[in-house]
Amino acid sequence: MSDSAWVATPAIAIPARTVTPRHSALVRVTHWITTLCFLALLVTGVEIVISHPRFYWGEVGNVNTPTLFKFPIPASRATVPTGYGYVLPDQNGWSRYLHFQAAWLAVLTGLLYVISSLFSGHLRKDLLPGGADLSWRAWSREIADHLRLKRPSEEEAWSYNLLQRVTYLFVIFVLFPLVIWTGLAMSPAVASAFPTVVTAFGGQQSARTIHFFVSVFLFLFLLAHIVMICLAGFWSRMRAMITGRVAIEKERA
Amino acid sequence: MSDLSRRKLITAGLAAAGGVAGVGLAAGLARRYGLIPPDHAGFYGPGETLTYAAQRILTKHSMAREFPPSEISKPPFVNEVAPLGDQFKRLRDGGFADWRLSVDGMVARPASFSLAELKSHPARRQITHMACEEGWSYIAEWTGVPLSQVLDQVGVLPEAKYVVYFSFQRDWWDSVDMSDALHPQTLVAYGLNGGELPVGNGGPLRLRVARQLGYKNVKYITRLTVTDNLKKFGQGLGSASPEGGYAWYAGI
Repeated sequence: MSDSAWVATPAIAIPARTVTPRHSALVRVTHWITTLCFLALLVTGVEIVISHPRFYWGEVGNVNTPTLFKFPIPASRATVPTGYGYVLPDQNGWSRYLHFQAAWLAVLTGLLYVISSLFSGHLRKDLLPGGADLSWRAWSREIADHLRLKRPSEEEAWSYNLLQRVTYLFVIFVLFPLVIWTGLAMSPAVASAFPTVVTAFGGQQSARTIHFFVSVFLFLFLLAHIVMICLAGFWSRMRAMITGRVAIEKERA
Repeated sequence: MSDLSRRKLITAGLAAAGGVAGVGLAAGLARRYGLIPPDHAGFYGPGETLTYAAQRILTKHSMAREFPPSEISKPPFVNEVAPLGDQFKRLRDGGFADWRLSVDGMVARPASFSLAELKSHPARRQITHMACEEGWSYIAEWTGVPLSQVLDQVGVLPEAKYVVYFSFQRDWWDSVDMSDALHPQTLVAYGLNGGELPVGNGGPLRLRVARQLGYKNVKYITRLTVTDNLKKFGQGLGSASPEGGYAWYAGI
């Protein structure tokens, strides 16, 4: 029924029908797959740390060597002296299976996102701070606004602000590659084929420790991301990332 | 329906068909080149298969890193061992003179070796890194006979695909593919850091698989079986590890 209406007045109807979505379908789909993978990686990563909540620096580390730091928590293995009289249930089996499965899905999704963003212009137009004001004043205003938890303006619903762009670029091109790299550095098979993957960090235990800290940074990013979404309007931003549309019906009506 | 959406539909249809055909082709190739792990079924199968296939292709001829003697972990690391029973104690009191390693399955000449016979072979010594799936690790010097030499002596049949190894501890058994079985750093190890292999580290005999995590390095091995089919062992998942919820392949 609506089809015939469009045909009758094509000049007016087509632009209204083809409103560019706030987020493309590819961005939306890859966003939610990554969310799912990240949560799986986070939970299983914590489970794996619980089996040996001690961190080291260099090539080796075990209960006979000094730690860089350790968590005062009970462990899921009896081999770790924790000071607690009990051992937590062992969750490493499924945690490891799920950790690597989610890692594969996250890496493949990330590759799809980065490659398509290069071609679609999403990277250049939406993420690189190219045309934006990069002066100190712009930076300090942006940071001050964020620190004051100022609610973003209506136009910001349509594009990423400067701090957002820089943060997203840092997460996509620094933190994610680093967490993948340090993860691979812990694999004895990968280390045998590409020793520099490990030696670049000064050893397998250093890679494990860096893997942990990068994960902490990614977790902090997730928290900040959720706080910003709540400030900007949780449901409108959720809707934009699920359906692609921005809720500004009032003005349009 | 406009031309644009029809074109989109056709493109999407072609992409989906191409995707299905691609996955099918990849699965066929993976089967043909032995890139599918025995625990490939179930929810975690896709990730496990990707890991095993990718690492098999990338690490085909790679050698585990070897370290100078100064890097050997001090004090020597000993993991906790469950009580091994009276029979083990008797063998130990006899200096393990009666310990045997039998080799059977798809071999031309099934055999059984004493420790002395294994030690009469040219030995390999290597200082390598051993990491546990929990996260800790140590570096030690391992001495032993390359598994490939033992297999050469019994004459492995060309159809063989895996070597299954069994421990004195009945619950422990595992297997490796021929790529790891014939790898020069895979040892039937009997020495650690210049001395005998201590019981705490798996003495008198432990399989040392240098490119995989600690749990593939089964202690107190008594028997090797060469096979082309892991379905015949236990629950058919390749080792005791997947039966306890752990991946068969532990290169990661």
